[in-house]
Amino acid sequence: MSTQQQQPEEPETQESPVEGEPETESAPEPQQRRLERKRLGQAQREQAEAETEPEETKIHLKVFRYDPEVEAKQEPRFDDYYVPYERGMTVLDALIYARDEFDSSLTFRHSCRQAICGSDAFFVNGSQHLGCKTQLSELEQPVRIEPLPHQEVIKDLVVDMEHFYDQMHSVEPYMKQEDLPDGDLEEFRQSRENREKIKMSTRCIWCGACMSSCNIAAGDNQYLGPAAINKAYRFAMDEREDEEIKEHRLRIIEQEHGVWRCQTQFSCTEVCPKDIPLTEHIQELKREAVKKNLKFW
Amino acid sequence: MYEHDVIVVGAGGAGLRAAIAAHEAGADVAMVTKLHPVRSHTGAAEGGINAALREGDDWELHAYDTMKGSDYLGDAPAIETLAKDAPEDTITLEHWGMPFSREDDGTVSQRPFGGLSFPRTTYAGAETGHHLLHVLYEQVVKRGIQVYNEWFVMNLAVTDEPDPNDRTCHGVVAYDVQSGTVEGFKANNGVIIATGGPGQAFDHTTNAVSCTGDGQAMAYRAGVPLEDMEFVQFHPTTLPSTGVLISEGVRGEGGILYNEDGERFMFEHGYANNDGELASRDVVSRAELTEVNEGRGVNDEYVHLDMRHLGSERILDRLENILHLAEDFEGVDGLVEPMPVKPGQHYEMGGIETDENGKTCVDGLYAAGECACVSVHGANRLGGNALPELVVFGKRAGYHAAGKDLGEAEIETGYSTDVEDETETELPITPGEAGIEPVSTSESVATDGSGQVAGGDALLEQAVGAERERVERLMEKESGTKHADIRSKLQNAMTRDVNVFREEEGLKRALKEIQECRELYQDVSVEDPSRTFNTDLQMTYETRNLIDVAETITLGALVRNEFRGAHWRLENQIRDDENWLKHTLISWNGGKPSIWYRPVILEGEDKTYEPKVRSY
Repeated sequence: MSTQQQQPEEPETQESPVEGEPETESAPEPQQRRLERKRLGQAQREQAEAETEPEETKIHLKVFRYDPEVEAKQEPRFDDYYVPYERGMTVLDALIYARDEFDSSLTFRHSCRQAICGSDAFFVNGSQHLGCKTQLSELEQPVRIEPLPHQEVIKDLVVDMEHFYDQMHSVEPYMKQEDLPDGDLEEFRQSRENREKIKMSTRCIWCGACMSSCNIAAGDNQYLGPAAINKAYRFAMDEREDEEIKEHRLRIIEQEHGVWRCQTQFSCTEVCPKDIPLTEHIQELKREAVKKNLKFW
Repeated sequence: MYEHDVIVVGAGGAGLRAAIAAHEAGADVAMVTKLHPVRSHTGAAEGGINAALREGDDWELHAYDTMKGSDYLGDAPAIETLAKDAPEDTITLEHWGMPFSREDDGTVSQRPFGGLSFPRTTYAGAETGHHLLHVLYEQVVKRGIQVYNEWFVMNLAVTDEPDPNDRTCHGVVAYDVQSGTVEGFKANNGVIIATGGPGQAFDHTTNAVSCTGDGQAMAYRAGVPLEDMEFVQFHPTTLPSTGVLISEGVRGEGGILYNEDGERFMFEHGYANNDGELASRDVVSRAELTEVNEGRGVNDEYVHLDMRHLGSERILDRLENILHLAEDFEGVDGLVEPMPVKPGQHYEMGGIETDENGKTCVDGLYAAGECACVSVHGANRLGGNALPELVVFGKRAGYHAAGKDLGEAEIETGYSTDVEDETETELPITPGEAGIEPVSTSESVATDGSGQVAGGDALLEQAVGAERERVERLMEKESGTKHADIRSKLQNAMTRDVNVFREEEGLKRALKEIQECRELYQDVSVEDPSRTFNTDLQMTYETRNLIDVAETITLGALVRNEFRGAHWRLENQIRDDENWLKHTLISWNGGKPSIWYRPVILEGEDKTYEPKVRSY
């Protein structure tokens, strides 16, 4: 097993021998002086840091472990890891470090590292966060990392997302308008205001944090949930979809397990890593549904 | 065994677009992806889609800009196809509801981008890729196209005739990440590889952890040449601590680069007297590193990108996502201070050699998107040209695989006797020598020689058996080297020696270290004993792919002794048109890479592109 003494190698920047040599040789004198000064300064800084820093700071992680196949992990447990802290380190960085240095079987989804792929929503210190955009410096220790609640755990931090995807698909999440402008390269125009109206709703990255935070979804498995309703909102509010399509979509979201289940607790809105005003969108769809129903009276 | 007409490997922009096209053409198409489609790295693209939509612009200008940007290493038939198809394919996205940014009259907005003679980059805020990815996935859901989520493709089932041009692809072997099952996927009409780039071969990259060059490595080992792999784009504006991308849109909207002394160095130091910050990406990346190397970098590491003067209203309207990225990943508020940026690996211009219909030299095997090389980007890709490439060539590959007639391709693929072989460069090692893993007897897939569909099932079964055996071998090994250690050694070597500035000595050192990675890999072991969601096993497979692809990048960089586009060489700092107006191709050749060349096609439909000095 590896130990904590293993450190990731220094970043490449200090030793790029390829770069620069031709330029620096011919550099004018002031530049050389400046370079010299900088190198000296750098060396002094490094020395000072080495002398004054008593010990590297370690972050204490407590990570949920479970594997239905591995005997020691069939009973869920928490493993402790002590990860050397670097400035700017995120929850995801710490998990990657723990996996690569201490335990290759530590399992979690992740991909883009920049809060756009939506793979790494976890339950961190009791609330839903994207691992890649959550700074360790903002968390109390030990940092407790668990899989998203209210979803079946497949292994460690990996949960079954199928139900979430099913709910997303159930609102017919695509442009239904088939009556498109004809003519060569004719655009299907949209006003700036309308684009602005749907803008926030289009930011969803399907991470599932909202659904996991929702008490209603926890108690009613058929509830569409905030993300799916938000997806419906994105199309229901798009001026390019005609009235008939809009009504069809409102019928989907006002079904028994639709918008009326929402009790405006705002938990989804609070945890959304893309700051989508989910509760507002749900409320607005309730109003639209009422308007539609009044019209048919 | 699963069976479909067309199997698409990878579900990012190119894969989704290919699947939609194949479905439209009447094929039973399925997608196999190691992620879920919306997790794909297309979603991280920020800038936009180049398309000649407006009066004053036309496809010929787009083609000209692209050819110039490619430093005359793009093939004219590919570039002209891109420029001609991009407008219609962009409007198709718009008709599918993609939330583009809009003008007052409701038409889609376009903005200036580096190397463009007309502001033709069509965008949706600074998150164009996210919207592109989601709108394509919406269309896949709408059409009920089957997606196998979290199935990792381990190998292609390709026949083994001596000449790759005679081989046929019958399907793929994949591993269900959730259950650990290895299964065959038979493709009656074709397999389309759309697996993205190999950015994880480098340490400082904008690319996702999943960008491991799987498709390129698999096609390469099946005998398809990799083309122009030495051309790696280093994006000039990535955040120093994480490599997170700051869109070129910032400079497109008027953002300015400053060195430590507050000089606007792109102009003041004469790197690009006309276009300044909006010069082509390779030019700006070299300028930044030169500033740093000459002692004018901030903290000796990066430069500043300032957009404060654009005003908060414009920034919030068009670049809001950039504010979030700078704040979340670098702790900087772009509205009140300049953002630190430095070059980072961003895009692989080279890839699986295809023609303009996405076809490779192996029958039934296609490639599209970043993993492919048609080639439209040549030695340097222009910002805003990756997304149109996805939709244009993804669509064409999907149509062609489904049997739609797109006409005869002009671009040749595969080795032929009239190409030029590499003879000169002395290599420090014999590439590929150490092989990778002990090879078992069943690894090489033999056929009865007919290579026809009748033998397809048997071939696929055999390929499945080989992968099951490989998994067992890796799982049974008690202890050994960890994939993470090999990967990090590889990434460090590539970032140190195969970066923006390259020299012979460094490239040779990198080749030696890649060889050492191969040797280490012979001893690789998977620690996780579980069949459930074993990412340890998956990453072990990916690391092998990275090693093979990194070697082709470095070999290409070593033999091409000239300075063209993104590839700079200390020993010969000029573009050498006399000797190097040709593509580098590397063939696997049974594990002993062979290098050969094919001339660039500069003859377009109506005109021939004359190589000119590339200044911005």
